[in-house]
Amino acid sequence: MPATGAAEPETEMARAETQSQSQLPPTAVGDGGPRAVAAGRRAKTIETRDVNLFYGDFHAVADVTMTVEPNKVTALIGSSGCGKTTFLRSLNRMHELTAGARVEGEITLDGQDVYARGVDPVAVRRLVGMVFQQPNPFPTMSIYDNVAAGLDLNVGRVKKAEKDEVVERSLRGAHLWEEVKDRLDRPGSGLSGGQQQRLCIARAIAVEPEVLLMDEPCSALDPVATLAIEDLIGELKSKYTIAIVTHNMQQASRASDITAFFNLEETGKPGRLIEIGPTEKIFTSPSQQATEDYVSGRFG
Amino acid sequence: MTAIEGRVLPDWAPYGAAAASAALAALLLLAAGSFNVALLLVATAAIACVLTYSWSRAIEGPRRAKDRLVTLLIVSAFALALIPLLSLVFEVAKRGIPGLSLEFITSDARGKIGGGGAAHALVGTLVITGVATLISVPIGLMAAIYLTEYGEGRLRRALTFFVDVMTGIPSIVAGLFAYALFALIFGPGIRLGVMGSVALSVLMIPIVIRTSEEVLKIVPNHLREAAYALGTPKWKTIARVVLPTAFAGLVTGVMIAIARIVGETAPLLVTTGVVDSINSNPFEGRMQNLAVYAYSEYRTPGVFKDAAYERAWAAALLLIVIVMVLNLVARLIYRRYRTEIR
Repeated sequence: MPATGAAEPETEMARAETQSQSQLPPTAVGDGGPRAVAAGRRAKTIETRDVNLFYGDFHAVADVTMTVEPNKVTALIGSSGCGKTTFLRSLNRMHELTAGARVEGEITLDGQDVYARGVDPVAVRRLVGMVFQQPNPFPTMSIYDNVAAGLDLNVGRVKKAEKDEVVERSLRGAHLWEEVKDRLDRPGSGLSGGQQQRLCIARAIAVEPEVLLMDEPCSALDPVATLAIEDLIGELKSKYTIAIVTHNMQQASRASDITAFFNLEETGKPGRLIEIGPTEKIFTSPSQQATEDYVSGRFG
Repeated sequence: MTAIEGRVLPDWAPYGAAAASAALAALLLLAAGSFNVALLLVATAAIACVLTYSWSRAIEGPRRAKDRLVTLLIVSAFALALIPLLSLVFEVAKRGIPGLSLEFITSDARGKIGGGGAAHALVGTLVITGVATLISVPIGLMAAIYLTEYGEGRLRRALTFFVDVMTGIPSIVAGLFAYALFALIFGPGIRLGVMGSVALSVLMIPIVIRTSEEVLKIVPNHLREAAYALGTPKWKTIARVVLPTAFAGLVTGVMIAIARIVGETAPLLVTTGVVDSINSNPFEGRMQNLAVYAYSEYRTPGVFKDAAYERAWAAALLLIVIVMVLNLVARLIYRRYRTEIR
């Protein structure tokens, strides 16, 4: 049975307690602004039980039971095609957007089943944001509008002053403010790849989600931009629950607290969660041979 | 080690070969006593192919010779395709310009025997085409949105198939359909501007659907997903992300569809009829567009035949100018508003 993360098991009561106490010291993230009270808040936990994912007849992911801990970075590693991305997309109900895609099992967000009948996938996605592999700012919108897109698209009319504040806070949160503050009205597609990805992160955090899913956010970026994003991820975890898919083992070891290793026995078989644990343990003394082979570069 | 440098023909070689071929072809045809322009062109192309290939093969070797031969064939095919177009524009301009005057575009033909202008046809063209566009664009665009964003399975495939069939229906059938529809409601013999618009819509809707569908398809999926991941409902994603991204392409598609129907004749003959005076109300009375005007001036020239023919040519020229302007506007809009899509 796969272990459920590293942190001590928490009861509902303990959870409520930590929530009110705000166990983490506030950091410099998202400084300024009266609405920045969320710094150091306790984000939500995602738990999955026996999750099986399908594309039509193809069984992509089998029997994943794991916990994505709040205010921690959980890295999902594993070889290509083992279902990491598919699994990540099932967490905010993006998986079902593919024709023929199906989800079995249970996925809960702080105890609430996100696949329950009556749950609006749109509402789930407001709580569980996502950053994609390719930076994908909206090409028709300026930098400002890109960040404000979440408000414009799903909140509706927001006062200009409030919008300005959200945009500035989000851009500061994504470490992009200083670079773009003088050209907010320019198209977002004019930025460099690394800046575009930070713009997408700013756009994702502008709607203040609980969880941030990142699907190989650095795979299209150079090492400098990658480092900037990794630093950012380290800061963002004080406010959000973060799950990140990565092919880069150094990245997983640098940026994550918990690592989950996915693997598939052979092509055509579904991917499975082999092992999950504190990143340090996974990279130094994993309990499974397959994990050790993978993290040491001898691919199973 | 193989050499990467070899002998090449001079830069002027293709033109030189073409000129030499033309001269040789002219000489041969004159000697044979059967000189005409069409034969000259064919003979020039044939001789140029042989000449270029053998010359290049002798100096540059077989690979480059083949390259030159194929280049020549492609350029010739392009020129061949261009000849009818240029000749048509040239001919219409030559015959149409004398008939163009201020009077031609400002006055109608009511009571002006052997004179008058095409103002009524110009107004008719604008009104009929405008109403057709108002009908077709919303229907076509929404159908395209359905097909790309919502439709799936058999229904989608069936609709796509019927849209394809619709693109191919003869325009007179569209005209008869509109006539039959209105005759059922208002009785036979009815002629209205809006009937023509309905007939043209039948032709225009499938074009709008087809072009819009193609344009919407190339909006990358990752933009839709980015919007969904922000918690945006699907309809808003389409309205605020997909459509703006595709805007330039959609407008271009509509413009091309308009250009395609603005010169229709047959369906309008049976639906809007022939008329002499300006009528800008599509819901009452007959109407005429420029194509029908040109047709009727040519068909029933009356006593002053030459003046009528001149007006027919002028109307044809005006129509071509309108189509060209529409295409230019489409290009300008596309350039101004296109979004870089990766």
